[in-house]
Amino acid sequence: MASGNRPLSPHLQVYRPQITSMMSILHRLTGVALIAVAVLLTYWIAAATYGPEAFGRAQGVLGSWFGRLVLFGMSVSLFYHLGNGIRHMAWDIGWGYELPKLVATGWAVIVFSIVMAFVTFGAGYALRGGA
Amino acid sequence: MELRSPLGRVRGLGPTKEGGTGHWWMQRMTAIALVPLTIWFVVSTVSMVGVDLAYFREWISGPGNAVLLILLTIAVYHHGQLGLQVVIEDYIHHEWVHFTAIISVKLGAFSMAVYTIYSITLLAFGS
Repeated sequence: MASGNRPLSPHLQVYRPQITSMMSILHRLTGVALIAVAVLLTYWIAAATYGPEAFGRAQGVLGSWFGRLVLFGMSVSLFYHLGNGIRHMAWDIGWGYELPKLVATGWAVIVFSIVMAFVTFGAGYALRGGA
Repeated sequence: MELRSPLGRVRGLGPTKEGGTGHWWMQRMTAIALVPLTIWFVVSTVSMVGVDLAYFREWISGPGNAVLLILLTIAVYHHGQLGLQVVIEDYIHHEWVHFTAIISVKLGAFSMAVYTIYSITLLAFGS
């Protein structure tokens, strides 16, 4: 691939940040972050096969203040990626490309991801039953 | 004289040599599967903070749970490696690093999925 001195398209930094572009890169970032959730899921399940002590340790790590902080961030990422993924599916069937709709569905996804993360954690604390 | 058509010459030269449509389609298929599966997973596990192994085993061997968990594992790792592949293709241009990264991601995701399914099966059959 000879590249010489051909003009390149302008870099991301020259564009004014807009909800469309910001949400696009956030979808990618949360997607990469969710790989860590998959690995954590494997760790959690695999720990159970090593007996009560190993599973207890995994539960302790996940339940610690740091574990909960990470899980909260992961919840926001999960609901963001889920909501925005559904937004992507709507685009795939040809719906929602008009600018007002793009902005409205964008904000809906942002609100959804934050509210759902709080709902999940609220439910978690309510259902924990003293554990 | 060049006998190959312009299309014939460029086919297979892109980053997705095995065809981009298949990649795109599987990304959507796994995404569709993950919508109900992740909602099921969050609803099921939200109450499992701090539970002991006996409770966890009972849940995993409950009706449908192991199967849904295996389906979730397959969809998550398949979707994840397809996504990471695109990220690598977009940002890593050095040829050897590019291919090493893609091969590692694919083999790694497959191994993790198999290990997870193995663990689920082990727990569900109560060894």
